[in-house]
Amino acid sequence: MNFIVKNILRFIILVLLQVTIFNNIQLSGFINPYLYVLFILLLPFETPAWLLLFLSFLMGFSIDVFSNTIGMHASACVFMAFLRPSILNAISVRDNYESNIEQGVYVYGFSWFFKYALFLILAHHSFLFIVEVFSFSNFGDTALRILLSTIFTLTLVVTSQFIIAKK
Amino acid sequence: MKNLLQLIVRFHFTILFILIELVCLLLLVNNNNYHKTVFLNSNNAISGGIYEKVTSFSDYIRLTNINDQLSQENTLLHNLLAENFKFSADSFFFYNDSIFKQQFVYRSAKVINNSVNKQRNYITLNKGRDQGIKPEMGVVANNCVVGIVKSVSNNYSTVLSLLNSRLKISAKIKKNNHHGSLYWDGKDYRKARLTEIPSHVEINIGDTIITSSYSSIFPEGLLLGTASEVLPSSGGNFREIVILLSNDFNQLSYVDVIGDLLKNERLELEKGVEK
Repeated sequence: MNFIVKNILRFIILVLLQVTIFNNIQLSGFINPYLYVLFILLLPFETPAWLLLFLSFLMGFSIDVFSNTIGMHASACVFMAFLRPSILNAISVRDNYESNIEQGVYVYGFSWFFKYALFLILAHHSFLFIVEVFSFSNFGDTALRILLSTIFTLTLVVTSQFIIAKK
Repeated sequence: MKNLLQLIVRFHFTILFILIELVCLLLLVNNNNYHKTVFLNSNNAISGGIYEKVTSFSDYIRLTNINDQLSQENTLLHNLLAENFKFSADSFFFYNDSIFKQQFVYRSAKVINNSVNKQRNYITLNKGRDQGIKPEMGVVANNCVVGIVKSVSNNYSTVLSLLNSRLKISAKIKKNNHHGSLYWDGKDYRKARLTEIPSHVEINIGDTIITSSYSSIFPEGLLLGTASEVLPSSGGNFREIVILLSNDFNQLSYVDVIGDLLKNERLELEKGVEK
């Protein structure tokens, strides 16, 4: 399948999954999984930088429209997209990244994908939750929410990779 | 120029990131009430604090003038004291018992920011919700109208100045009780215009213009200004009058905020009629 069509389909499916299912999971107010970041994680390596930022903005904005928080997810996603190239560089594999493939868990192994996802999800969630409360008072609570949600989202992201990889 | 372009190309990722992030935050602050309040409140706290500092300095310089004003007002009030009136045995007075019927409460406040040079001028006062100021209250200085309270924070309030093209005040000519509405045309801060005065009404230069009783914000009879020029009627049934405002808006320092204790009763009654 053409990777453009594939990404568009993934975009739509993830937005729908997020707004119908994952937005309603709020365990004790501290765990809110945001699986939709998977879209930004799985964009091809050679995506041009401007397109990466723009697509991330579009993704965040779509989620915002559905959850009535215009600007919140969008800003977090753009922040995450901004960090993506640097993190890819920092944890690069021995050879250069091959072009035209996606960075799923089955390409460079579990430990690589885990690190990659962990850093980006942590960055995204930190930005999102801090912007959500919009102040640094009670930072302990915010930090706890960031940590718990990151763990939960990370589990979902990794699990989803195994489910798809098996196919 | 070439270097600049090279710089932009080299850092286009970061520049684009900052731009998009700014757009996001703009959207965030504009579309979410919570974020908007947090943003505006911190903003107001900072600017309000700075304005207060500036005013405390300029107030010190204008103390002489204010002292003069206060002593004049003192004399005026002394003259109104009961001891100054001769009591003649064969006459009697009705006193309105003001304790049980008080309608207007005055609260003094200080002007900490003001402008006269824009189309829409606003005034900031150093008192707010915690001191009992609410939106829609009238503001006067020396018994002349200044404006209407627009919004309040905990310790500050903003006033829609009479010098604001969005404000219209119901006014009347003192000598013959003809009503019109007074607005500012945005040109000279000492002059406003009174419209909707029928052409047949006789008006002389110097006639006093006061607030009417139609408004639920100001008590009747507050001074607005004096007629300074009657514009020729342009064929219609109404004409405009140029009013010389009694207040010098450029020198406002202390004002009184008027609270109407019976306002809700009046508005409710009037609302009932419309149903």
